[in-house]
Amino acid sequence: MAIQPVSRFLASRQGIILIGAIIGILAPLLQKFGNPANMGICVACFERDIVGALGLHRAAVVQYIRPEIPGFILGSLMAAFYFKDFRARTGSAPLVRFVLGFCAMVGALVFLGCPWRALLRLAGGDLNAILGLTGLTIGVAIGDQFLKHGYTLGRSRPTYASAGLVMPALSLGLLLLLFFAPRFSANGPIFFSEMGPGSMHAPVIMSLAVGLIVGIIAQRTRFCTMGSIRDVLLVRDLHLMSGIIALTIAAFATNLILGQVHVGFSAQPVAHSNHLWNLLGMVLAGLAFVLAGGCPGRQLILSGEGDGDAAIFVLGMLTGAAFAHNFALASGPDALVDGALKVGGPSIWGMWAVAIGLVICLLIGWTMREKIEEVR
Amino acid sequence: MHIDTCGLSCPEPVIQTMKAINTGAQSLRVLVDNTTAMENVKRMANSKGFTVTMEPQGELFVLHLNKV
Repeated sequence: MAIQPVSRFLASRQGIILIGAIIGILAPLLQKFGNPANMGICVACFERDIVGALGLHRAAVVQYIRPEIPGFILGSLMAAFYFKDFRARTGSAPLVRFVLGFCAMVGALVFLGCPWRALLRLAGGDLNAILGLTGLTIGVAIGDQFLKHGYTLGRSRPTYASAGLVMPALSLGLLLLLFFAPRFSANGPIFFSEMGPGSMHAPVIMSLAVGLIVGIIAQRTRFCTMGSIRDVLLVRDLHLMSGIIALTIAAFATNLILGQVHVGFSAQPVAHSNHLWNLLGMVLAGLAFVLAGGCPGRQLILSGEGDGDAAIFVLGMLTGAAFAHNFALASGPDALVDGALKVGGPSIWGMWAVAIGLVICLLIGWTMREKIEEVR
Repeated sequence: MHIDTCGLSCPEPVIQTMKAINTGAQSLRVLVDNTTAMENVKRMANSKGFTVTMEPQGELFVLHLNKV
């Protein structure tokens, strides 16, 4: 296959629309074949499930090694090698990126989803996603102001190729744990949920295949939900946004065909209708994504093509997921109790965590700015 | 004017280039170290009425931006 024409097409407007549409079709299909409703693909939820499977949190209903996540990383690695843009690099404020990943995950688990899932929830008729996406836009807009005023985490440096292969190696390790499902002690991991969202999954091979495909095409197109909003606000560029819109329309159409659209706010699957905290959770997540330079999906893709700093962000997210469940920061979903709707949402701890996370991110954005010395 | 964006995260290469364009620069030389930044800078420069030619330099790319 000729590399140049393919790369050129994927970098074009038609290319990103096609890729958005493909992801928009694949995600609802994963739901049809077993993934939780409105959760065909969710980077935050799936990372949380993996952390649970490893026993780093003990919420019994969200424990499963989701093969989509290692699939994204390995797909990205394959594309980066094939198209010759694997570049091992690291060294741009790794600890700050870890903290941003942590904060992003807390925000996402208060909303109950990453930006990809926000779009998929909307495409399934869950109107709470509008609050989440509004919050995401507000968070991105705040982050844009920092970027305009010189925010930077500094330059990364090239490093050893083997250093860039750490995340793909960890991904392979996760897949081995999934395939062989060893039991490390009588009451220990690996845990697999027997009920709840963690027990619902498409066949392993199908999930892994979709993960690899999405990883490959997202690496080529630089698909990024946060970036799409940022580019519109900051440089009036609609390139990424056209892919996001294509994803949402394609997912909606696929959901319609599969009978997976249920319009409303209340009692949506794995979601709550506490409007304020749907919004504020995603304000925090959006701000953390901008400051770190990518949404959770994009960070996974970058970690597969050699970016050690994105890998640290991912590890921050994984740690954040463990804390979010161990410390009861993550929101509970809406529930029907004796026929009456009980609106879900975060505990008081979750509310405080979002507030503290916002303060931390604002401090990072405010204090890590420099005059632009490169312009000379 | 010369801008070195090597090692900077997305979207800093675009922002730095845009700031330089907004100061009234008619001709710019932008050094980038990855294809994402190259495509993003190229797209933004085209939208601002600049022609862009790309010259590979080892593992880096030099973008020559000129106002039409």
